Amino acid sequence: MSKGIPHALNKVVEPFLIIVGSLSISMMLFGAFVAAAGANPFEVYQTMYRAAFGTSFSWQNTLIRAAPLMLTALCTALPGYLGLIIIGGEGAVVMGGLFAAIVALTMPNAPPMVVLTTMALAGMAAGAIWLAIGGALRHYRAVNETISSLLLNYIAIALLNHLVTSTFRDSESLNHPSTHHIGEANMIGLIPGTDLHWGLVFGIVACVLSWFLMHHTVFGFASQIAGGNVRAAQIAGLPVGRLILIVCCVAGAAGGLAGMVEVAAIHGRANDTLNANYGYAGILVAFVARNNPLAIIPVAVLLGGIRASSGLLQRAHELPDATVLVMQGIIFLVILFSETLYGRFSRMPKQGAV
Amino acid sequence: MSTSNKLTRRQLLTGTAAAGALGLWGGLPWPDRAWGADKVKMGFIFVGPRDDYGYNQAHFEGKSAVAKLDWVKAFDEEKVPETIEVQKTMESMVKLDGAQVLFPTSFGYFDPHILKVAPQFPNIQFLHCGGLYQEGKHPQNVGSYFGYIDESQYVAGIVAGGMSKSGKLGFVAAKPIPQVLRNINNYTLGARSIKPNTTVNVIFTGDWSLPVREAEATNSLVDQGIDVITCHVDSPKVVITTAEKRGIYCTGYHCNQSKLAPKGYLTGAEWNWAKVYMDYAELIRNRQPIPHLVRGGLKQGLVKVSEYHQIVPGAVRNQAEAAKAKFMSGSMVVYKGPIKDNTGRVVIAAGKEHVQTDIWLESMDWLVEGVVGSTKS
Repeated sequence: MSKGIPHALNKVVEPFLIIVGSLSISMMLFGAFVAAAGANPFEVYQTMYRAAFGTSFSWQNTLIRAAPLMLTALCTALPGYLGLIIIGGEGAVVMGGLFAAIVALTMPNAPPMVVLTTMALAGMAAGAIWLAIGGALRHYRAVNETISSLLLNYIAIALLNHLVTSTFRDSESLNHPSTHHIGEANMIGLIPGTDLHWGLVFGIVACVLSWFLMHHTVFGFASQIAGGNVRAAQIAGLPVGRLILIVCCVAGAAGGLAGMVEVAAIHGRANDTLNANYGYAGILVAFVARNNPLAIIPVAVLLGGIRASSGLLQRAHELPDATVLVMQGIIFLVILFSETLYGRFSRMPKQGAV
Repeated sequence: MSTSNKLTRRQLLTGTAAAGALGLWGGLPWPDRAWGADKVKMGFIFVGPRDDYGYNQAHFEGKSAVAKLDWVKAFDEEKVPETIEVQKTMESMVKLDGAQVLFPTSFGYFDPHILKVAPQFPNIQFLHCGGLYQEGKHPQNVGSYFGYIDESQYVAGIVAGGMSKSGKLGFVAAKPIPQVLRNINNYTLGARSIKPNTTVNVIFTGDWSLPVREAEATNSLVDQGIDVITCHVDSPKVVITTAEKRGIYCTGYHCNQSKLAPKGYLTGAEWNWAKVYMDYAELIRNRQPIPHLVRGGLKQGLVKVSEYHQIVPGAVRNQAEAAKAKFMSGSMVVYKGPIKDNTGRVVIAAGKEHVQTDIWLESMDWLVEGVVGSTKS
């Protein structure tokens, strides 16, 4: 028993220390970069803090940017448990938004709650099918899931562009082809007392539920086994194909929901703005969070904060927008390098325990 | 020695204290606000990079021109997507920088983003590039401005037609939407006004910024035998540099790209946002009412034509200048019947005219006779 406690503690403390350490190193590297670009790194960090977390406006700015990233990060994180590297979040968002808008337009007289629920279901179903294609191709046809899910993004975008310029085009959207508006009454409102839409709540709930699913259910346990060793899982009689399909569906549903929120909370219609790279930013969040759904929440907030601070950095320090991309890149690389550190710290307590 | 030493130290201390106090003064909010009170504060938002040699650079050049005025404080943000992020950028510019007027320059910023944010700040002006404002339908503090850049394209088309040996021009276009089609048609009509057999091969890439496809399209057009090319995409950089590499002529779009193609850049259709932004700044400074719609072409100075390359011979220059003079005097009507589309259908009957401001032109969905290509790409 006494051996178990430090071990469990280690499982929490080790990743925490490594992530905090790599973030600090990233900040030092980025500070050097900023200094080389002619700005004062301390002032830059101060500005970034003010723009991302300094006031209630900046907090809301950060959280609104983090909301879609929580959902799209799940697109990569959940299949990660099965050892799959799926980067098709963008496609899931696009398909989710597109089909959410389309179903809303087929029910002009339904009450808003019904419309919104149907939209959410349609968006989630569309996203689920989209990622499941990649998972199925992997399992049944041995197609590399990273490549196929990436290519499915382009197909989704092409399908969106085709449908909003033909069948579902609002003939009045001359220079910006879009579907018809779903109707003001059907828009998701704001969380009372804030300037934030409900997408944030969906994101947090989805992350918590996913964490519960993967860490506290038999299904999650089976998935982790299959992710650890497919052969062993198959010999043990686990239905690996079904696990892959279901996990990809859940992951895709999260992305599809993000697309539905874009339509129902912001744009009111589906058009090419659905393709806003949330899917790709989600990959970064999932990597940094090491695919852990609970860790996705703070990482998405951090990334949202970095994105939110870009504006003020440009205006106050006349740095280009690429500055925050450099910061994201540095963080990403340092965290990838830090992967090699896992397990090195745990040796010491084990020796001590013996 | 020691006394003088002490004195120096004291001097040094006083000096530091004074400097510190000065620094404190500088940090206090009120002097800044007092100095900035009479300045016109203008915020600009771009969807792409400031230095894209295209749409965004054209606006950034306009911003830079107005920022030089000592009674203006201008700030900007680049690469802001057409999502809720632009709403937050607008709010942030008003709340943190005290912007009095905002210029969200991308077409997609208008609906729903400007329409959502503008009512929250009734004292701030939201001026959008794209000409979408409708009286009675949109908030009072919203306006829009746009230039008839197709007039410059007509002039550039004349130069292109005049310089082409094969009689085949190329056009790389983003999407078959009215604004783009109008540029293609004007370019074609300009070229055919001096050489009626000229054709224009058009390729639609499908989106505003697809560098790889733009390069492919340019190469494919050159392989089809065209010898002058132009485009309507967000950044003409790829098309222009590819054309230069392939040794053909090109005409630019959005802003001046002659640096990218010193050998082949004949002329180009450019925006002149500097004038628009200066005019707005002047109005705001004098507290004059701001018009809801500002539109215009060469005559009003909203668009211009790049300087002709030295290889453009006098005869071609004269033809281009003659057309430009007609635009400047307001007597030019490009869409004068009979005009057929490229499927042979008569779209404008003989004797019928559609002047530049005619709303009918804004829903254009056809390609004029002489264009090789289809809107159903």
